[in-house]
Amino acid sequence: MPKSISGAEIVFKCLEDQNVDFIFGYPGGAVLPIYDELKNHSSIKHILVRHEQGAGHAAEGYARSSGKPGVVLVTSGPGATNVVTALTDAYMDSVPLVCISGQVPTHLIGTDAFQECDTTGITRPCTKHNWLVKDIKDLSKIIHKAFEVATTGRPGPVLVDIPKDIQFQKTNYSKFKKENKSNGKIHNNFNHKDIDELVKLMSKAKKPIFYTGGGVINSGPKASELLRELVSITGFPITSTLQGLGCYPGDDNLFLGMLGMHGTYEANNAMHDCDLMINIGARFDDRITGKIDEFSPKSKKVHIDIDPSSINKNVKVDLPIVGDVQSVISAIVKTIKKTKPNFVKSNKQQISKWWEQIGKWREKKSLEYINSNETIKPQYAVQRLYELTKNKDTFITTEVGQHQMWAAQHYKFDKPNRWMTSGGLGTMGYGLPAAVGVQIAHPNKLVVDIAGEASVLMTIQEMSTAVQYNLPIKIFILNNEYMGMVRQWQELLHDKNYSESYSAALPDFVKLAEAYGCVGIRAKTPEELDDKIIEMINTDRPVIFDCLVDKQENCFPMIPSGKPHNQMLLGPKDQEKNKITGKGKTLV
Amino acid sequence: MSKSKSAYSIPGKKGKLDTHIIVVWVDNEAGVLARVVGLFSGRGYNIESLAVAEIDSKLNISRITIVTTGTPQVVDQIKLQLKKLVPVHKVADFKREDKQVIFKEMALFKLVGNNNKRVKALNACKKFNAVILDKTNKSCVIQITALRRDIDKMSNNLKKFGLVSVSRTGAVAMTRGAETFK
Repeated sequence: MPKSISGAEIVFKCLEDQNVDFIFGYPGGAVLPIYDELKNHSSIKHILVRHEQGAGHAAEGYARSSGKPGVVLVTSGPGATNVVTALTDAYMDSVPLVCISGQVPTHLIGTDAFQECDTTGITRPCTKHNWLVKDIKDLSKIIHKAFEVATTGRPGPVLVDIPKDIQFQKTNYSKFKKENKSNGKIHNNFNHKDIDELVKLMSKAKKPIFYTGGGVINSGPKASELLRELVSITGFPITSTLQGLGCYPGDDNLFLGMLGMHGTYEANNAMHDCDLMINIGARFDDRITGKIDEFSPKSKKVHIDIDPSSINKNVKVDLPIVGDVQSVISAIVKTIKKTKPNFVKSNKQQISKWWEQIGKWREKKSLEYINSNETIKPQYAVQRLYELTKNKDTFITTEVGQHQMWAAQHYKFDKPNRWMTSGGLGTMGYGLPAAVGVQIAHPNKLVVDIAGEASVLMTIQEMSTAVQYNLPIKIFILNNEYMGMVRQWQELLHDKNYSESYSAALPDFVKLAEAYGCVGIRAKTPEELDDKIIEMINTDRPVIFDCLVDKQENCFPMIPSGKPHNQMLLGPKDQEKNKITGKGKTLV
Repeated sequence: MSKSKSAYSIPGKKGKLDTHIIVVWVDNEAGVLARVVGLFSGRGYNIESLAVAEIDSKLNISRITIVTTGTPQVVDQIKLQLKKLVPVHKVADFKREDKQVIFKEMALFKLVGNNNKRVKALNACKKFNAVILDKTNKSCVIQITALRRDIDKMSNNLKKFGLVSVSRTGAVAMTRGAETFK
């Protein structure tokens, strides 16, 4: 006869059965019974954040860099509402999170009790699923189900809302048995005829391209290995979305760089002119497609995705393959090896003209910028950071804005799970707490948050968390005193009316670092930059690096809005010729 | 070439709208209707009418019937998004024109007036399985079951016979013949 245990203890039993090592959280009235139980479970370490949003992003960073679900524990009311941004972020970027929130006791639900809010109502549109536990007997079943929903199919966040009286009540806990039965929400039964069809298309294509996304990373490290094999046995060019960076080596010759609004000239033009587009784990996001009516007009489109609702959502495709990226690529590789063992050789001639064309586009050198001896160019700062850290297994997180795009353009990743950025939701303030989560998952690795001074101030309080747990994260701020991306849009599209995009009062980041009990470093000139970066890398404590960069620099290349892929705006030299004109600010 | 100052693309061409009847089998649990309805409102899909009730108390299954309009692409998205919801078991989709499917809505009409008017009203309703549910000297309540546009027509026609109140349900649907939707 198993002994009766409390709801709070059941929560921990479930977490133990799910092999959870860390939870990111913040205590409060409605979760006190769970916090009381924490001391009895030494295998689970609690990371105390400074704001619940930080807990959510830290869990995201943990999940993305480790491949395990991130676990968040927050109280009712404000605790739950504060975590909503992070849940939405995880939902948009398909990050597995399990959020456990406290709720007021069941008899007070609906009475506008202290710190009560309709948590399941508020989080319904930003989670894969959520539960309000009304009966202690359902608790363990629900928590295990929550982990299953978060981690299977297209991953995402879930939330379990547990009223305080349920945390106190007692019942039996039966050990969790993993069921092999599918819940009918996971789709991996693709048809092998479709694979044969795809291989046929590939062997006929004269201008093929692989367009890969975050789905490759979510499918696990094996998927990235298989992708590399697939690219090498076909010799096709490959481009990646923001979220997919790292699934293919960034410095490889077959890699055209990132595509999309701030993608390279060659990647976007290749997307526009290709005759066969093979989308692997990406979702035709509007930052990728540009003007949808003119998106890659001449191509056959193949879409490999685990989420059936991603197919034909934005772009109609010719051959959908619903399945896990890893299994699909594995099937493709096997089929090619079996039916066309000399694919690369026999195909080389056929796509040689295509590579010639790509070479011409490459000559534009669309990521080039005019360097300076006086001021640090932000691109130069990212390049130097890359050169000085590329021999270590470095993990990069970012905030959102120009610095994020420069990081994506100039930092070359060669492994998956090394790049954590908020792509779908575009959450300023993501990078610092995410770096905390990454460092927790990888205590001995170098973790750098490439940040903007405006973004980082949104969650700067998490420096305190980093100091408390001795997490030597490096906050590398490209400080231009502007909300750079806003300023850039205002310069290009709103007649240089820099409405509210300048931060007239910023903290002294070096002193701020000292106030938090970590190390502050400032770089003012290109000359001293390398030494300062090396000093940062060699500091075994959290660092805030204040890199004073050119205030007017813009992020190029860029696809102006309403334009297709082949009408890009290049850097300063090219710009004079292609001024954006016209009116209509209606759509933002 | 369109020009825009927006950070987003301009809207593309709109396709032709069709009316579809979507039937969803769900676990009858708290909040399930909010999930389904929230999906529609959150993604900007239309709901023309909605009918929901438990159909199997043992298995705890409810059946939701939603009448919606959308381009073929949008209707496909609706189905795929619905199928992703955890409490959803299956989703069926019928076109309004489909002859293999029966659609019915029910309406209650309250009429106030003299006997003559009421007899005329009842006559007018005859083809729609009219039933008198309540009768007084001055009034009556008539129930009809019909298609949406017939009910629309009737609620207009009955105005001259003293119609004072209308209450109607959303559509429910079922396939003809021995087959059931799997």
